[in-house]
Amino acid sequence: MKLSNKTKVIEQGEMTLAERMYLPAIVGGMATTLKHFFSKPVTIRYPEQKRYLGPIYRGQHILKRDEQGAERCTACGLCAVACPAEAISMVAEERKKGEEALYREEKYAKVYEVNMLRCIFCGLCEEACPKEAIFLRHDTMVPVFSTRDEVIYGKDKLVEKMDQRYLRDGWK
Amino acid sequence: MELLNDVFTAKAIFIGIVFAITLGIAAYSTYFERKIAAFMQDRIGPDRAGPFGILQPLADAVKMFMKEDFIPANSNKWLFIAGPCLSMLTALMTSAVVPFGDTVTVAGVTFDLQGIDVNIGILWVFGIVSLGVYGILIGGWASNNKYSLLGAIRAASQNISYELAMGMSIIAILMLTGSLSTKTIVETQQAGHWNILQQPLGFLIFLICAFAECNRTPFDLPECETELIGGYHTEYSSMKLGFYLFAEYINMFISGAVMATLFFGGYDYPGYAFVAGQFGTTVAAFVGMGALIGKSLLFVFVFMWVRWTLPRFRYDQLMGLGWTGLIPLSMFNVVVTGFGILIGQPILAGIGGVVILLAGLFLNDAIFRKKKIA
Repeated sequence: MKLSNKTKVIEQGEMTLAERMYLPAIVGGMATTLKHFFSKPVTIRYPEQKRYLGPIYRGQHILKRDEQGAERCTACGLCAVACPAEAISMVAEERKKGEEALYREEKYAKVYEVNMLRCIFCGLCEEACPKEAIFLRHDTMVPVFSTRDEVIYGKDKLVEKMDQRYLRDGWK
Repeated sequence: MELLNDVFTAKAIFIGIVFAITLGIAAYSTYFERKIAAFMQDRIGPDRAGPFGILQPLADAVKMFMKEDFIPANSNKWLFIAGPCLSMLTALMTSAVVPFGDTVTVAGVTFDLQGIDVNIGILWVFGIVSLGVYGILIGGWASNNKYSLLGAIRAASQNISYELAMGMSIIAILMLTGSLSTKTIVETQQAGHWNILQQPLGFLIFLICAFAECNRTPFDLPECETELIGGYHTEYSSMKLGFYLFAEYINMFISGAVMATLFFGGYDYPGYAFVAGQFGTTVAAFVGMGALIGKSLLFVFVFMWVRWTLPRFRYDQLMGLGWTGLIPLSMFNVVVTGFGILIGQPILAGIGGVVILLAGLFLNDAIFRKKKIA
C-alpha cells in the first residue's frame, strides 16, 4: 500500500556515453571549483579579525559593580552551588563601617576565585546569581594560559574596572 | 680549448638560469598549490609568513631541513638515499631539450634559448620520463616497507601503461612535423599554426597521460593516503621527502612546458612578428621565453585545478582507462592524422576525427545500451 506518492523507484540501467566518458562530469566539476575559486572565502584571519558571536556568548567571567561602583556580589554562594564543575570558591566577609561605597550589601566576597581549568562556561552561575553580580562576558574570551598559576582567576581579574564598564548588547 | 668559447659560456649561463627558474617555480608551486586549494575550498590559505604568506616556501624549506633525517634500520641505506636523488635528477634533466626561445644575440654571442637541440629531442624526454619512475621504484623498494613497495609497484605499472598512449599521441605529432627535434616541432607551429588545432584528440590523450606520469590526482595512486599511508614515501622524512615532493612539482612544470612545446606553439605568441619587427629578434625571443613559461604555468594551474576537483581513480579503473580507453583512442588518432596528411587537410581531419568518433560512439550507444527502466 502506498502511503504517499513521494516514493521514487530508481532502477539504474547502463551508463550513457556521456556518463561513461567522465568528461562532461569532469568539466562540470571543474566549473564548480572555478566558481568557488573566485568567490569570497568564508573563513577569516582569526586573531586579527574576529566575528561577532552574539549578545549571549559565554566568555570570561566578570563580577559587576553597581552604578555607584560598589561590588554587587554578596557572597551568598549560590553560584558555587550551581556550578556543575565546582570551579567557583569564595570566602565571605562582613562589611565594615566606611566600606559602604565599596560593597553594596552587608556581606561581601573577600576572596572570589574561578578555576578556569574546571570551568565549562555553562553559564549556570549567571543564572543562579540573585544579585546580578556575575556574568559571562560576550565580548572577551579567557586567554590561553601556559602555567598553572595563571589558571585561577581571583578578584583582581574578575571584578569590573570602573573605567571600562561591561555593557552587554540589549542592556541600556 | 675550442670548446670553451663564448657560446659555451652563454649556454652555461642560460642553463643555470633555466635551473633557477625551474627550481623557483617548483618552490612557489607548493605555495600556489596551497593557495589554490584554499580558494577552491572557500578558505584563505597560508597567510602568516610574509605578506599574503609569500615567504611560506622558505619556511617550508627550513622546516624540511630541520627535521630529523630518519633512515629505517632494515632499509637498504644507499638505495634509500639514491631514490630521492634520482627523482630530483631526472626531473631536472628533461628541461634540457625544451626550446625556451628562438635564437638570440646577447653581447655579440648568438645562441639558441635551449639547453641542447638534439635531433632526438622527444625521445630524450621519453627516456628521462621513463627513468623518473626509477627514483620512486628504488625509494619504495629500499624502504623495506610493504606500503612503500606497493606504492612503488603501482607507480611503475601506471607509468608503463600510460607511456604507451602518450607515445602514440606523440607519433601523430611526429607524422605532422616529420622530425623528433623539439626545436623543429616548435618552428613548424610558428605564426599561430599550433598543433592543438590539428590534434585536439591527441592533446587530450597527452594531457591525461601527463597527469598519470606526474602521479597527480586523479592518478596519484602511488601515494594514495587512504590505502597506502604515504605510498612510496611512507618511510621518508626531512629533505629526502622534500626532494620527492619537489620533483613532483618540477615534473608538473616541465610537463606543462613539453605540452606547450608540442601542442601550443612553444615560444610562439600572437604578435611575435610585430615585436620582432619593432624591437628586434632578441627581444622577441626573450618575450617568447616568457610566453612559454606562462603557458607552462597555465598548465600547472590546470594540474592543481584538477587535483582539487576530482577524486582519485580506483586502481582497476586506472588500468582500464589506460589500456582499453586511451591506447585505442590514440591509435584512432594516428589513423585520422594519417588520413588528414593524405588529403592535405590536417585541421579538417583533426576536428572531423573527433566528430566521427563521437558520432560513432553515440550510434553504438543508441543501439546497444540497455535503457533505464523507470
